[in-house]
Amino acid sequence: MDLFEYQARDIFEKHGVPVLGGIVASTPEEARAGAQALGGGTVVVKAQVKVGGRGKAGGVKLAHTPDEAAEKASEILGMDIKGHTVHQVMIAAGAKIAQEYYFSVVLDRSERRYLAMASVEGGMEIEQLAVERPDALARVAVDPLVGIDAAKAAEIAAAAGFAPDVAGPIAQVFVKLWDVYKGEDATLVEVNPLVRTEDGSIVALDGKITLDGNADFRHRDHADLEDAASADPLEARAKAKGLNYVKLDGTVGVIGNGAGLVMSTLDVVALAGQLHGGVKPANFLDIGGGASAEVMANGLDIILSDPQVKSVFVNVFGGITACDEVANGIVAALEILGDHATKPLVVRLDGNNVVEGRAILAAAAHPLVTLADTMDGGAAKAAQLANA
Amino acid sequence: MAIFLTAASRVIVQGMTGTEGMKHTTRMLAGGTTVVGGVNPRKAGTTVEFPVGDGTGDTIAIPVYGSVADAVATSGANVSVVFVPPAFTKAAVIEAVDAGVPLVVIITEGVPVKDTAEFFTYAQARGVRLIGPNCPGLISPGKSNVGIIPADIAGAGKIGLVSKSGTLTYQMMYELRDLGFSTAIGIGGDPIIGTTHIDALEAFEADPDTEVIVLIGEIGGDAEERAAAYIAEHVTKPVVGYVAGFTAPEGKTMGHAGAIVSGSSGTAQAKKEALEAAGVKVGNTPSETADLIRAILT
Repeated sequence: MDLFEYQARDIFEKHGVPVLGGIVASTPEEARAGAQALGGGTVVVKAQVKVGGRGKAGGVKLAHTPDEAAEKASEILGMDIKGHTVHQVMIAAGAKIAQEYYFSVVLDRSERRYLAMASVEGGMEIEQLAVERPDALARVAVDPLVGIDAAKAAEIAAAAGFAPDVAGPIAQVFVKLWDVYKGEDATLVEVNPLVRTEDGSIVALDGKITLDGNADFRHRDHADLEDAASADPLEARAKAKGLNYVKLDGTVGVIGNGAGLVMSTLDVVALAGQLHGGVKPANFLDIGGGASAEVMANGLDIILSDPQVKSVFVNVFGGITACDEVANGIVAALEILGDHATKPLVVRLDGNNVVEGRAILAAAAHPLVTLADTMDGGAAKAAQLANA
Repeated sequence: MAIFLTAASRVIVQGMTGTEGMKHTTRMLAGGTTVVGGVNPRKAGTTVEFPVGDGTGDTIAIPVYGSVADAVATSGANVSVVFVPPAFTKAAVIEAVDAGVPLVVIITEGVPVKDTAEFFTYAQARGVRLIGPNCPGLISPGKSNVGIIPADIAGAGKIGLVSKSGTLTYQMMYELRDLGFSTAIGIGGDPIIGTTHIDALEAFEADPDTEVIVLIGEIGGDAEERAAAYIAEHVTKPVVGYVAGFTAPEGKTMGHAGAIVSGSSGTAQAKKEALEAAGVKVGNTPSETADLIRAILT
C-alpha cells in the first residue's frame, strides 16, 4: 500500500525523523485553520495524490496568509492530476532551503536484500537523476540482518559525497529512516527532497512510503491508512469478501484459480478478443485454491455487479480443488444469485475430477452456462458472447 | 536424476498437524514421497496415522518430533516443507536451517517480505537452499513430491519446468502430460524468493534427465530478464518461455505479492522481448507454449 505524503510525514515524526509541521485538510476552511495553527505565516499547500509530478501539474502552491492558504486549497482540491482526483491537501510549514538531497531505501528483488540510495543532488525525479547523472546517485547494499546502523549510514553518506559537516547529522537521519523502513514493514521509504535549511538543520520535506500488506497482522494501525475514498467500489466490496479482485476496463468478466492462471486467462481473452471486435477482460479475480460454492457465489456476484460485463469466463484448473466441487459451486452460486445472474457464463474445467465436474454442469443445464473443452476455446466463446 | 528432489529425499513437514499440513502430507505420501516425520513441540512423541495411498486402506504412522533438530537426528531428514502460518514462518525456516536441513521448501503464502529477506540471508550464509515462499513446491514425478502440486497430472519425462505460478505449473503439466517431466518446480510469486529461475536453469542444464526446459514467468521485477541473460550465456538445452500478465495495468498487484508493473518496469512485453533476444521461443498462450515444447521433443 502506497501512503499519502501527510501519512508518511506523520510516520516519520513518530520515528524521530525531523519533519516540519504539516496538517491535512479536505476543505478550504480546514486549510485556513491549518495555516493558522502553523503560526499564520507562509505555508505550502500541497495536493495529496499518490502519483509524481504534482508540482508541475500545479498541485503545490505557496500561500503567505491563512486566507491565501484557503484560496489555494480551493484551487487544488478537486483537481485531476494524472487521473488522480485531489481529495486532500497538506498545509506544510515553509522552510528556508539551503540545499536539497535525496535518500531512499528499496527492496532489491534480484539481490534479495535492500538497497539504499542517496544523492547530494535532490529535488529532481530520481528516475531522471539515475539516467542523467548516474554518478551522482550512490547505491549501497544493505544486509537485511544488519540494516542501516551508524556505520552503514556513514558509508552511505560518504558514498554520496556529503560534505564532512553535513555527513554526521545526515547519517543520523538515515538511521532514523531505516527505523521507519524496518519498524513499519515498508518496502519503500523515499525522501525527496531531504533538505538542509539555512539554519543548518536536516529536514524531510517530502516522503513516500510503501507498506507491505503481508505484514498487516503485526501493524493493526496500518488498516487506518487505507484510502477508502478513492478505492474502486467493486474492489472494496471484493476485498471485504476476502477476494483478490482488480477492476479492468473490458467487458469479459474473468474468474479463475491461482494468480498466474488468472493473469494468463486475461491475456488469452484479450488475444481472442482481437478476433471479436477487440473485446477485453473486465477484471482479474482469483478465487484461490478452495473454490467453495460461497466463494464462487461471492465472486460471480462481484463480477455480475459490474455493468460493463457482458459475458463471464470461468477458467479453473483443478489441482488441489476438485472440479466437481467447483461445478457444484457454480450451480449453487447461480441458485443463490437467482434473477441477479443475467450474463452468459462460459466454464472451462480441467484437472482433478473433471469428468464429474462437467457432468454436474451438463445435468444442471443452466440456460446461461456453456461448457468449453479448452482454455483457448473458452476464451474465444466468452469473447464472442461479449461482442454479440 | 531430476533436480533438487530425488528418490533419496527424506522429507519432514513443519506444520504437519495443522489442517493444510495434514491434507498435503496425505497427498505427498500418496504421491510416493518419503515423509519421515512432522514437527510440533506440543505433540512431540506422538504419531499421526496416514493412508499409505495404495488404495488398500493400510495406514502408516508418521512420528511427530519436538524440533527440526530432533527430527533430523532421528529420521535422517534432508528436506523440510513448511506449512506454518505467516507469523511463524521465519522462526520455522531458521530452525530448519540451524538443524542443518539442506533444502527447505516454504509453501506459506503471505509472509512479510522483511522476514523473507532476513531468513533468506541467514540461509544463504549457511549454504541452505530455500524454495519459496508462496510457492506450490516441486515434483520429480515417480520419485518425490514436496508441497502441493498434484502428483497425478503428469508422469516422468524429459521436460524441466520452472514457474512463479502454481496453477500455471499445473496447466502446463496438464498440456504436456503425455510427454512427462524430470522435475517441475514452482518458485513462488513473492518479491523475494529463495530459488530463482536462474538457479533452476542451472540445475536443469546439469541434469542428464532433462532435455528441454519450460520457463514460465509473470509481471514484476526483472527475474525473467536476468534469466534470459543467463540462458544466452550458459544454457545449451532448448528453452521455451511463457510470460503471463500482458493485460495487467500499471501499479496493481495481480494476486501474487510480487506481480506488479511499476512504471515501465516489470512488463510482460519487456520480459518476452528479453527472452526472445536470448533465443528463447515464447508462446503467446499456455497451449501455444506446449506446442513449442512438443515440436522440440517429437
